[in-house]
Amino acid sequence: MLLEEKNSLSEEIEKYVNEYGNNRAALMPILQAVQRNHNYVSDFAQQEVARMLDIHPVEVYSVISFYSFLHSKPRGRNIVRLCRTIACDMVGKDAVEKAVTRELGIGFGETTKDGKITLEFTNCLGMCDQGPAMIVNERVFVKLDPEKAINILNEIK
Amino acid sequence: MKKDELRTPVSQRPHVIESTHVEKGIGENVSVFINDKKITVPFGTSILDACRENQIHVPTLCHHPDLCIAGTCRICVVEVEGMRTLQTSCSFPITAPIKIHTSTPMVRKARRHIVDLLLSEHYGECYTCVRNNNCELQSLAKEYGVDEYMFGHVTESRYKVDKSSYSVVRDMDKCILCKRCVRTCIDLQEVGVLEAIDRGYETHISTFMEKPLADVICINCGQCINRCPTGALKANDPSDEIWEAIDDPTKHVVMQTAPSPRAAIGEMFGQEPGKSFTGEMNTALRRIGFDKVFDTNFTADLTIMEEGTELIKRLYSALVKKDKSVALPQFTSCSPGWVKYLEHFYPDYIPNLSSAKSPQQMFGALIKTFYAQEEGIDPKDIVCVALMPCAAKKFECNRPEMNSSGFKDVDYGLTTREMGKMIMEAGILLPEMPQSHFDNPFGDASGAGLIFGATGGVMEAALRTVLELVTGEKVENFFDRANITPVRGFEGIKYAEVPVTKVGPVPEILKNLIPNWDWLKDATLKVAVVHGTANAKKVMEDIKAGGKFSECHFIEFMACPGGCLGGGGQPIPTTEEIRKKRAQAIYSEDESLPVRKSHENEHVVSLYDKFLTDGPCGEISHKLLHTHYIKRGKFIV
Repeated sequence: MLLEEKNSLSEEIEKYVNEYGNNRAALMPILQAVQRNHNYVSDFAQQEVARMLDIHPVEVYSVISFYSFLHSKPRGRNIVRLCRTIACDMVGKDAVEKAVTRELGIGFGETTKDGKITLEFTNCLGMCDQGPAMIVNERVFVKLDPEKAINILNEIK
Repeated sequence: MKKDELRTPVSQRPHVIESTHVEKGIGENVSVFINDKKITVPFGTSILDACRENQIHVPTLCHHPDLCIAGTCRICVVEVEGMRTLQTSCSFPITAPIKIHTSTPMVRKARRHIVDLLLSEHYGECYTCVRNNNCELQSLAKEYGVDEYMFGHVTESRYKVDKSSYSVVRDMDKCILCKRCVRTCIDLQEVGVLEAIDRGYETHISTFMEKPLADVICINCGQCINRCPTGALKANDPSDEIWEAIDDPTKHVVMQTAPSPRAAIGEMFGQEPGKSFTGEMNTALRRIGFDKVFDTNFTADLTIMEEGTELIKRLYSALVKKDKSVALPQFTSCSPGWVKYLEHFYPDYIPNLSSAKSPQQMFGALIKTFYAQEEGIDPKDIVCVALMPCAAKKFECNRPEMNSSGFKDVDYGLTTREMGKMIMEAGILLPEMPQSHFDNPFGDASGAGLIFGATGGVMEAALRTVLELVTGEKVENFFDRANITPVRGFEGIKYAEVPVTKVGPVPEILKNLIPNWDWLKDATLKVAVVHGTANAKKVMEDIKAGGKFSECHFIEFMACPGGCLGGGGQPIPTTEEIRKKRAQAIYSEDESLPVRKSHENEHVVSLYDKFLTDGPCGEISHKLLHTHYIKRGKFIV
């Protein structure tokens, strides 16, 4: 990472710390903000957060590794999560899954080469009555079929 | 509402606890029934403590007296009448007159299942494990009659063994996630290297970004090894290499033994803590095949001479010459864990650290120069082994700058546990050995070197010498039987002021450094003693903020709680009680010795006459006995 990038990242985290506070309780909102802006929390960012909150870097990493929506490794700019839980599974998740992998040319858990989209499975989104459901970044799409799913992907491409 | 409540399964219905008016009961006593026996305990005592005080056995695994309560392992569950589920006794404070049962069919079944479930994810064979016969999981499995793997058993290794560190080896296949190491690292030592990573079945203990232990800010104190209930954490064992050296007739294998192992090694042979086995150990080591057995206390005495002189030099420059660049307070540098802690967390304070090497490294340098020369042995044929209570010493002897003799000064650092194992392997029963003395030319050391093993020991030894050199009077005139009690004891941070009431003539050995003592007349020497890096952090923050400790002249830091006798290489278990007993053993051995001050050790005096001819902090001693440190910083690359 370049020094310039590091400095701007530090400044950004400092801004979040000023906004959310410099105690342990502020850890989650700060990490979420970094995640939203950079799609992942780099090891440098983790150590900066730890330094400013006066906790250990490994504690920050522990929290990131616990939550599915926080990442310590680079992800695509858009994260597409398909629900794999039983209700969605029974109303055609498999078809959507196949269509999506074919369209993007990557498997689940992978990122497209251009770094635009990361595919992931997720557990229940609470949309069991409207499945199959998919969540793109922070927006939920329901009652999917293969065609609809591909249209959504093309829009974000 | 009523209807909904009926629909919820029993296990999910809200559990109503009667209000206990917590504020009201503090300071009062509560009467409870444990196994139908009426017991009165102070309000807020945990069920576990109440049971233990009344000799009722409750098994524990994640609980450790040095650490905070976690309640993760669930093995200590008991039945509380009126409660729907079993309660963990370690984390249940008694606030009401409850009835507790520690051995009902439900409790026994639950405990057996808990151990069985822990075993279902515990990979590895007991026979090949370093903790065989000293494993808490193993004894619980025996205690609760786990005779088959009801929940299956892992047959394949899931994790790679991390052998990157010189000191600590991590084998996460054996980990049962009790999180003792996490609490040790974060709470007890405040180093923060280990944490639980991932979630659910995937959970494992790891470092920042799963980096090898050698690449993170581990200070190698080994306290986690000492807390681990299984063999998941162990020290990097060099005993095979040492056996090889012993069996090689061309090698001259020399052993130096630190003060703490002798006070604890008996525990490896079923002896009560608090008994020294110095003489027995010397005989055992010779029978194993070590060519010479030396006492590290000798170089502890030398450390006092060097570090004490350095302190006097610093004080003289700062107070008389008004040199602003002199860093005060001076920090001790005997504890390699503390040195690495400072290098990582407070690199700006490295100038405060005494440049004197630790006793182990001083001895290594002397053995491969002075001793080799005296005995006419080629230093390349000498293998120097150090018996230490410490995991960090393994790292220290591998520091690249520790080669002032032209060779690797100390070849292997061996912990008390590994030494005990080697003695057993040689078929020797330590407590039955005849006693013998240490070998010359270094001979028996003074009591001042011996008490290095306990927290406050370095300070006490230094004060004994400095006071006598400055005042020209016996320490016994100031402190009863030369026991400087203000710096003894197990409080985390101790502060003492020692007034210099009079000054004497400058002794011969320091004549070339200072003209007179007049500048110390009516001065007060301010000293502090700190053990455990969590306490060290407090003191360092205070110094940073310009508080009371920044006005100290000399501060002793030890990385491990209790000093070396509670080190990461000592026999397991180590608790507050055991540490106190080991300290007692060390202090009583000190009192029994004829020479109890470093500068009175005739071997030290003769070494300065014969070899280090330009005196303490002279040119030769600077080359051999002093070192430099690295600004490591906190950032993990």
